[in-house]
Amino acid sequence: MQDNTREILKKEAGTPEGIERTRDEKIFIPAVDIIERPDDIIIISDVPGCDENSVDITLEKNILTINAQVIKDNIVDKRLVLNEYEVGDFQRVFTLSSEVDRDKIQAKVKNGLLKVILPKAAQAKSRKITVTTE
Amino acid sequence: MLGQFERLFDPFMSFSPFLRRGITNRVEFPPYNVWLADDSAVITTELPGVNPEDIDVSVANKTVTLSGFRKAEEIQKGDAYHRRERWTGNFKKSIELPFSIDGKKVTATFNRGILKIDLPRVEEEKPKKITIKSE
Repeated sequence: MQDNTREILKKEAGTPEGIERTRDEKIFIPAVDIIERPDDIIIISDVPGCDENSVDITLEKNILTINAQVIKDNIVDKRLVLNEYEVGDFQRVFTLSSEVDRDKIQAKVKNGLLKVILPKAAQAKSRKITVTTE
Repeated sequence: MLGQFERLFDPFMSFSPFLRRGITNRVEFPPYNVWLADDSAVITTELPGVNPEDIDVSVANKTVTLSGFRKAEEIQKGDAYHRRERWTGNFKKSIELPFSIDGKKVTATFNRGILKIDLPRVEEEKPKKITIKSE
């Protein structure tokens, strides 16, 4: 019997040894889609509850770190009876290849969705080589 | 006697297997949380990147149905996925609350990818305080 339920899992990040967070929130690894296009690479990440001011993207050497802080909307005077997901901050780290043009990286946040566009450096774009006859 | 009344308001306790506060729960997308009070309920769900026009919320008596779809990013020829972790496609989830909802007073807000539905209970069904007169 085929199980057609599409299952998803919100992955919690383990706390790295010896590092403490000053924010009292759980931290999750956001789900990402990474698409390579001819001119750039785009990282699409689910960061519900975060907006453009609470997302922090840093690039150090070739390590890209995405940190997103959730803006909590607390529900008062009610009891939680069904809890299918937890709310928390997001963090994910990527290692970029040298073909990314670091100065032109852009990031946009809309409706809890983060898109990071990494344009490829000019020499990395594939060049079409025309074949001619002698 | 009071114990029996409590259970009338919490049918979730008996049939919901998802009550554990676990991050390791596997659920069908999108996952939602339900909050209850005596006179209203709130349902929250995470729908990042979904267009509000693509979300449909409908209420019938005690049942709330949430449906819609999330489009995957447009792929052109020459594009390649390196990683694909996000769910896309149609979704439809129904939930039955322990009381009837007043459809006219339901409000739904979509902020930062989180959908919050406020569901007030039907006025006639709200618990009414009965004052006890002593002779």
